[in-house]
Amino acid sequence: MNDPKQSLLVVDKLITSFDTDRGFLRAVDQVSFSVPAGGTVGIVGESGCGKSVTAMSIVRLLPQPAGKIIGGHVWFKGEDLLRADDDRMRKIRGGEIGVIFQEPMSALNPLHRIGRQVAEVFLLHRNISKNDAWDQALAMLKLVGIPAPEKRMMEYPHQLSGGMRQRVVIALALACRPSLVIADEPTTALDVTVQAQILDLMARLRSEMNMSMMLITHDLGVVAENCDEVVVMYAGRVVEKGPVSEIFAKPLHAYTRGLLRSMPTLESKPKSLLPVIPGMVASLGEHVHGCRFCQRMGIAASELRERPALIEITPGHWVENCPRCLGGEH
Amino acid sequence: MHNLLTVSNLTMHFPVRGGVIPRQVGAVKAVDGVSLHIGPGETLGLVGESGCGKSTLGKAVVRLLKPTSGSIEFNGTDITKMSQRALRPLRRDFQMIFQDPVESLDPRMSVRSIIEEPLLIHKIGSRSDRVRMVNELLDRVGLPSSAAERYPFEFSGGQRQRIGIARALALKPKLIVCDEPVSALDVSIQSQILNLLVELQRELGLSYLFIAHDLSVVKHVSDRVAVMYLGKIVELAPSESIYRDPRHAYTKALLSAIPSTDPNASRERILLEGEIPSPIDPPRGSAFGHRIKHPRYDETIGMDLSLREIKPGHWVAADPCCVSADDWKKLSLQK
Repeated sequence: MNDPKQSLLVVDKLITSFDTDRGFLRAVDQVSFSVPAGGTVGIVGESGCGKSVTAMSIVRLLPQPAGKIIGGHVWFKGEDLLRADDDRMRKIRGGEIGVIFQEPMSALNPLHRIGRQVAEVFLLHRNISKNDAWDQALAMLKLVGIPAPEKRMMEYPHQLSGGMRQRVVIALALACRPSLVIADEPTTALDVTVQAQILDLMARLRSEMNMSMMLITHDLGVVAENCDEVVVMYAGRVVEKGPVSEIFAKPLHAYTRGLLRSMPTLESKPKSLLPVIPGMVASLGEHVHGCRFCQRMGIAASELRERPALIEITPGHWVENCPRCLGGEH
Repeated sequence: MHNLLTVSNLTMHFPVRGGVIPRQVGAVKAVDGVSLHIGPGETLGLVGESGCGKSTLGKAVVRLLKPTSGSIEFNGTDITKMSQRALRPLRRDFQMIFQDPVESLDPRMSVRSIIEEPLLIHKIGSRSDRVRMVNELLDRVGLPSSAAERYPFEFSGGQRQRIGIARALALKPKLIVCDEPVSALDVSIQSQILNLLVELQRELGLSYLFIAHDLSVVKHVSDRVAVMYLGKIVELAPSESIYRDPRHAYTKALLSAIPSTDPNASRERILLEGEIPSPIDPPRGSAFGHRIKHPRYDETIGMDLSLREIKPGHWVAADPCCVSADDWKKLSLQK
């Protein structure tokens, strides 16, 4: 996408496998993309496409012992995170990289008051006194728009609504003013009016703090409205990536086109039939040859040998070079 | 037109118990005075955010819950207070599809037994008839007949939802209440299921009460759409009309909050403050007026905020906090 030297985060041919009852499954299969400083990149795809595993690999929070990174690099400010030791990773997570997960309840400790949990981040990453940490936690809750923050500091997570909890999780992730935020489906569990509030808040804080963001979602609309660039994943691979303005206006890969068309919109005619992508999301395997999307579309395995390479169609717009998927055959 | 379902002034309150000696200290007014109707072959969409009472309304309509007051008339018969035994023969005509296709299918039953069960309960057909009927139903929802001898866990989410639809179709119902049928599914699977529901309706003349939180999904499948907020319907209009010309402030906010995939779309986002208030202790006046702290909120306490027809077929709550000044003038004349 960009010159790697200008990018804050460069994921280069990342491969992550899971050791399961069915053998090794490649959840992330040579994924490459980069997040420029100050930019916002959306990762989209359906369940099981590897978007969350990519995020967990970057911050090295894969489920253990099943998940293993077996190849590639994750360059963050010139440092390969895959080779960093555990102490260094603990410094980076919550310090230079903030992480926001989908379900706010699971990111918060139900037994501790909100104030203690937010203050803890400052105690861990900054060398400051307990009182200062408490004051900074209070300032952080104010920043994310929690009403009556002094009162909320003394409450437990279950006493807050879903939207308020997600604000606390955002406060935790942004507490140390990280240069990169990884948000994995941050609004999926929320109602649409609350989602709009949270996305608005994140955009405001991002520009105030000059942060980069990697936003993982299944909602193409959320990407279109919040990201500069988009990476479309299918079955562990990147099938298309590039500037949002270009990909949403002129999607090239059959999968991207199918996803965009199959969504009902407010403009579509009531009770009309939607264009569909037949079949279901591919299951993962160890070494899968050929084009994964052609497999879903029922092309015989014997016809599929080489994995299609990513090619650059226009500057920054990359797509998997499968003649069937690009030619509109599906 | 003769209505298949007519709901009048329905309320559904759940008691809240508390105190040292547990006794009722209040009530959750999950559904609070709802009236609607659905014609044969028609889809009424019901949209609202979590906790607005839409699922409770759906369950009350098919009498999985016993309403607190009001009436439900199905095909000319008042079913509001009928006993479960008296209801049983009528239940053939109204079925339900649930959001979570994992929880709504018994994991220990084969797909055949799941789909056959309603036929057995209603003593329909001989054994060989039922085998044939199950195979036809599977075919109808796009599953191979080999699926019959397998178990729910062997299927993906979209396929499980197809099984749930086949079970609902087994008794040839007239009305199906669909409660968030596609919310748990992936984008590409969601469109497959929506198409299936639209096709089934065309062929079988089904009526749907289609409940979902996603306004673009609801608008896509519905003839008319009802918008619910805190136990009450605040706007009810034909699909096109509610999208092109929303009159209630909450509907406008909901529409503006939907992220669009068109990068050139420029819409003004209405950002709401706060969240849906608790239905245990709802505001005494206009619930939405209270949320947006409207200056005229105090006037609405004790006011009749029921739906009025603002233009043919388009109904909106007569609420000075939530409609434009012009609309309020027209609506207040109707009072």
